Amino acid sequence: MDAAITLFVPKDSAAIAVGADDVASAIAREAASRGLSVDIVRNGSRGLLWLETLVEVETPQGRVAYGPVEPADVPGLFDAGWLQGKPHTLAHGLTEEIPYLKNQERLTFARVGITDPLSLTDYRAHEGFKGLEAALAMAPAAIVDQVVDSGLRGRGGAAFPTGIKWKTVLAAEADQKYIVCNADEGDSGTFSDRMLMEGDPYALIEGMAIAGLAVQATYGYIYVRSEYPYAIAALEAAIACARDAGWLGASIRGSGRAFDLEVRCAAGAYICGEETSLLESLEGKRALVRAKPPLPAVKGLFGKPTVINNVISLASVPIILARGAAFYRDFGMGRSRGTLPFQLAGNLRHGGLVEKAFGLTLRELLYDFGGGSASGKPLRAVQVGGPLGAYLPESQWGVPLDYEAYVGISAMVGHGGLVAFDETVDMAKMAEYAMEFCAIESCGKCTPCRIGAVRGAEVIDKIRHNEQREAQVVLLRDLCDTMLAGSLCALGGMTPYPVLSALEHFPEDFGLPAHQPASTQAA
Amino acid sequence: MLETVIKRDRDFGTPASTSTQMVRVTIDGTDMSVPAGTSVMRAAAEAGINIPKLCASDNLEAFGSCRLCLVQIEGRKGYPASCTTPVEEGMVIWTETPKLHELRRGVMELYISDHPLDCLTCPANGDCELQDMAGVVGLRNVRYGFDGANHLNDTADLSNPYFAYDPSKCIVCSRCVRACDEVQGTFALTITGRGFDSRVTAGQNDSFLDSDCVSCGACVQACPTSTLMEKTVIDQGQAEHSIITTCAYCGVGCAFKAEMKGQEVVRMVPWKDGQANRGHSCVKGRFAWGYATHEDRMLKPMIRGDISEPWREVSWEEAISYAASELKRIQAKYGRDSIGGLTSSRCTNEETYLVQKLVRAAFGTNNVDTCARVCHSPTGYGLKTTLGESAGTQTFDSVMFTDVVIIMGANPSAAHPVFASRLKRRLRQGAKLIVIDPRQIEFVDAPHVKADYHLPVRPGTNTAVLTAMAHVIATEGLIDEAFVAERCEAPAFQQWRDFVSLPENSPEAMESVTGVAAADLRGAARLFATGGNGSIYYGLGVTEHSQGSTTVMAIANLAMATGNLGKEGVGVNPLRGQNNVQGSCDMGSFPHELPGYRHISDDTVRRQFEQDWGVTLQPEPGLRIPNMFDAAISGSFKGLYCQGEDVVQSDPNTQHVAKALASMECIIVQDIFLNETAKYAHVFLPGSSFLEKDGTFTNAERRVSRVRKVMEPKSGMGDWEVTCALSNALGYPMNYSHPSEIMDEIARLTPTFQGVSFKKIDEMGGSVQWPCNADAPDGTPIMHVDEFVRGKGRFMITKYVPSDERSTRKYPLLLTTGRILSQYNVGAQTRRTPNVLWHSEDLLEIHPQDAEDRGIREGDMVAVQSRSGETVLRANVTERVQPGIVYTTFHFPESGANVVTTDSTDWATDCPEYKVTAVQARLVTGPSQWQAKWSRFSDIQLSLLEQRQRDQEAASAAAEAPKTAPVLSPQE
Repeated sequence: MDAAITLFVPKDSAAIAVGADDVASAIAREAASRGLSVDIVRNGSRGLLWLETLVEVETPQGRVAYGPVEPADVPGLFDAGWLQGKPHTLAHGLTEEIPYLKNQERLTFARVGITDPLSLTDYRAHEGFKGLEAALAMAPAAIVDQVVDSGLRGRGGAAFPTGIKWKTVLAAEADQKYIVCNADEGDSGTFSDRMLMEGDPYALIEGMAIAGLAVQATYGYIYVRSEYPYAIAALEAAIACARDAGWLGASIRGSGRAFDLEVRCAAGAYICGEETSLLESLEGKRALVRAKPPLPAVKGLFGKPTVINNVISLASVPIILARGAAFYRDFGMGRSRGTLPFQLAGNLRHGGLVEKAFGLTLRELLYDFGGGSASGKPLRAVQVGGPLGAYLPESQWGVPLDYEAYVGISAMVGHGGLVAFDETVDMAKMAEYAMEFCAIESCGKCTPCRIGAVRGAEVIDKIRHNEQREAQVVLLRDLCDTMLAGSLCALGGMTPYPVLSALEHFPEDFGLPAHQPASTQAA
Repeated sequence: MLETVIKRDRDFGTPASTSTQMVRVTIDGTDMSVPAGTSVMRAAAEAGINIPKLCASDNLEAFGSCRLCLVQIEGRKGYPASCTTPVEEGMVIWTETPKLHELRRGVMELYISDHPLDCLTCPANGDCELQDMAGVVGLRNVRYGFDGANHLNDTADLSNPYFAYDPSKCIVCSRCVRACDEVQGTFALTITGRGFDSRVTAGQNDSFLDSDCVSCGACVQACPTSTLMEKTVIDQGQAEHSIITTCAYCGVGCAFKAEMKGQEVVRMVPWKDGQANRGHSCVKGRFAWGYATHEDRMLKPMIRGDISEPWREVSWEEAISYAASELKRIQAKYGRDSIGGLTSSRCTNEETYLVQKLVRAAFGTNNVDTCARVCHSPTGYGLKTTLGESAGTQTFDSVMFTDVVIIMGANPSAAHPVFASRLKRRLRQGAKLIVIDPRQIEFVDAPHVKADYHLPVRPGTNTAVLTAMAHVIATEGLIDEAFVAERCEAPAFQQWRDFVSLPENSPEAMESVTGVAAADLRGAARLFATGGNGSIYYGLGVTEHSQGSTTVMAIANLAMATGNLGKEGVGVNPLRGQNNVQGSCDMGSFPHELPGYRHISDDTVRRQFEQDWGVTLQPEPGLRIPNMFDAAISGSFKGLYCQGEDVVQSDPNTQHVAKALASMECIIVQDIFLNETAKYAHVFLPGSSFLEKDGTFTNAERRVSRVRKVMEPKSGMGDWEVTCALSNALGYPMNYSHPSEIMDEIARLTPTFQGVSFKKIDEMGGSVQWPCNADAPDGTPIMHVDEFVRGKGRFMITKYVPSDERSTRKYPLLLTTGRILSQYNVGAQTRRTPNVLWHSEDLLEIHPQDAEDRGIREGDMVAVQSRSGETVLRANVTERVQPGIVYTTFHFPESGANVVTTDSTDWATDCPEYKVTAVQARLVTGPSQWQAKWSRFSDIQLSLLEQRQRDQEAASAAAEAPKTAPVLSPQE
């Protein structure tokens, strides 16, 4: 009997959502009925979401892509000889050669979609644990220096230099320190954390272990969004395997250095992703935002010095340690070093994950990768950086994606999510929605957010219905100023970004004359 | 603010920093230096700059939610909240800029967009921080209008009898929630909902009354608006003046600000500068003061020839002269020592001093005793013997420096709630806790407080437990040898060490006696000896035993052996039950001691008093309370002056006490109510409540605090004036023009009080801790610092001697008694307040196993019978008590808890063994014989009082136009 042919069917939530599990069973069934021997590997997603379920067939030439595959397509694919990589209307040739993928710079997502997420052998075969091995041979301060030198900044959105944060925790004296991974990925239009956790959980585990060694923390928590059951399952299975293999525990690979971690299911609110309320929630309390100082790095989880980083920040650490800070730092522009996994969502033909070095433009992402609008109508506005990010009009699509450049136009790169809208969008309604989102998700602690968001939605509603429009616009700007300057955390403090950008760039949607002078933008 | 409205205490916004390192900052151009860790807000406040704030309060950790206190800091972007931002060296801060004005106005506009505009009719009008801040930020307009989402129609919760919760006024600053957590430590409140739906709620959306709320008032105190508001303020409006005084409930001695409208109390607010309570209170002191104007208050003197006769209201002159003539008659007939007097731990030092002086100088006998006889007399004896002074060694503040705490035979969250809150705060900070108590008191397992060890001692075996702990410490090399060598008598220590090291005193050997697992006991002993600063807090569960004095000495031994005396965070701390237990003992209330614990047989001391008082004093000690009762029954004791004490309800073996009283010919009761003892009285002298008095109380930390008169005595005469009048009528002149003169006399005659005067107390900020004299001009917060009062500390042998009260076949259960939070002592005060909503009858706690054996279910009527008597209580089946033990409280006279307790007493002091009575329990269907008898007797006595009232009405109708009594507070 011939050697079994390997097929890859993603176990990523996005693939499962469009029927990947059914496709996998259809393939198994069909192969059996034909007496063919196949190995079905449930890999992560390549991030070409419009092609899911994207099935890859291992051939001597490489992995050949077919998608989007429906269970009903399976017999035809067999008939067409897909096991030999033969053509079919759903065939896209070698996966690696698909421009969407080929044109990316995958560092953090290097293994995602390629390996079996839970296979330690696969992981090791693809450079896995090289970073941790390097770290085990280094003094804590040297590990921190590597991360500082890499220029890595917090990928959760705040873009605080990761190495500096670690340095503070390393310097803090305490009997116990913690590594907390913020995996409460709640921004609309974002999914890179989830894809990484489902597609390459060991990368996160390795990154956290390195962080533990770097700051002398012996325990970690991954606080995962409760809406991510597959990520939770993948992480829990991966932690168990890593522990069995000695990559976690009282003495990592016999080094005498300890690190272990566990997964905690989040409490189901957007605010739980704010780092201080996340810590409250981890402690079993109501997820209220804490005032800073003290910084979590000084007084974090259970009052102990704590590194709290986003999934992508931590998962980017292994490659920095494995290949050196300079390698990573060579990507990017300005003070935005390395790569960012952008997430393309909304009204786009080719939604998905695009990991690229900082410095490309929104236009490139929208058209070169995204393929323009899905509706075929012209794109009009793009919200970058989640629900608290600004809406960018076409005039700003040429600004390089760089933290500082975006700050310069009162926008933010954030976690790298972008949601595109075509010309049918009502931007006043989107502004009202931004306030509603804040009202629904506010923890209720600080006044500008608790009451301000509700009033904001009411005021925009009045503007939309032309009730004392001019006065209400003044009030809206004043309110945005109060929220921006007065809120305790970024939720209330950044909700004005989408609101003001909509008002600024799309005044006509508010019933105001177009091209109002752009003088009173948020600072 | 209106001049007629009381000014709020200054609030610095965040707690003071304890750092000794100073940081230099510039605020609004003024250079200053403050301790590191100080918030910008507090630093500004100390410079006299009041940054607007709503969620900040200096008794709570900074929270940062209101966003009014934003400031600008040079070199920093944004507008940090000054409450949550600590100062840093060289910081340049601006608190008032046009941008800040704009932001604060913006925030205030949001607040007011969800707040009723009913300021003029709001209960908080004149005392509302929101209103003040709206004024400060200059809010002129609410552009949002009032048609948006709001909470204006939220329903109020009026379930708590003392305060209302009106969510429509709530600004969600969380001060109430944080006060409940941080100050009180009950964690009864939370915020429910998220965002705009955030609302304060008790428990899980319970009403306040049904929740875990203990009604301490901290939330009401914390509320900046009228959301949580005293019902008295809602009814009466804001007070127009206030007076600082001291609470008359437990031995914590909280300072309160009585907020007044003329002669009427509007509310009692814990005084922020009170050094015993630091601005905190409990349900009793804060709210349960309505008894002072209850309709049951007796306001007219009354006499009668026999207790079967109706009372006759008479003038003060007639009452006093009748009382004096009766006392003289009795003395003439039965001899000088046939009469005596009882002082009260509820009365002031000055009143107590006068009563003992009356007995010794005017009666010419030493037959004076006090209710401390039946509570803390073993403390006096035990601590005097070992350390040299009959008093606790610390301040309450000291608990914040402790690392390991033993609570023994005390239930602080019920009986000393304000201290309990301090202790809980320290425990939340990480101090360790050992509870030695037969019951599972709240401290064993409370929110965020867990005892590291609970030693569930069998009642009556305290001495054995402590001796076994000493055994562990001595035999495991845990003694603080250096301390003992320097500070204690060597031979006594050696004897003690040999004694406790005997194998028979080991935890293993004692396990079968005490019921405490040896491993736990060893663990607890090691923890106490090695855990840092160790402190011991104890209550009547230690003293009210046949070996009460021995156990007190065992406690002192333990503290000395581990070096836990003479500094912050350690010590031996008796928790005094009543407000002035310490003071009544200090004032020479015991038959054998003159003020300052000096023996009456000491010629030098006695001569000093004789000279000052101008009389000859008897050199022999007089009768103790139980001896008085025995002598009354045997016919040699016939007259008693009893001030502010209810011996019939509170002393053990009620039937014996009643028989004794019924045997006397003249009982003079001075009290605010016709209490159980007054039902046996021949002369009733209406007393004054603490609100009607000038004087001092001395709390458990030896703190002499001023009690200030906030209203005139309702009976027309102060208690001290009545004692003076009686003395004068007896021919011994007492002429004082003010209680301060009495204190001056006390100071003159008592070395430990030499420096105490009303003036000194005022200078010291309202209280001073004795000893206060030439050696310690500002008083003594912590005692025995360099050496013990007696010189060297003296270890005493504490051999365990089993109590006669042991479970037998006939009486297989052990009854122990205690208190509950909402009620106080005999309940005369608290039963006349809405506190009965929490506790309306005394229950018998019984373990499910014992209950099942007897077919008893929750709520069943159960007869509890001892060799003394029998009473019937309803059952509360609970695992708070161990199998074999039953428990009840004694707040209601009809409960007859003391019908069951026996005449067994402490070997040294005759303190009754309330805490151990062998009993049987059985299911019954109705009250006991005693209860039926009590009920009949009580009815007769009340009808005799009723008849008096009819007389009075007839008389007054003839004499003058009827007047309505302006004394009822709306609480009744």
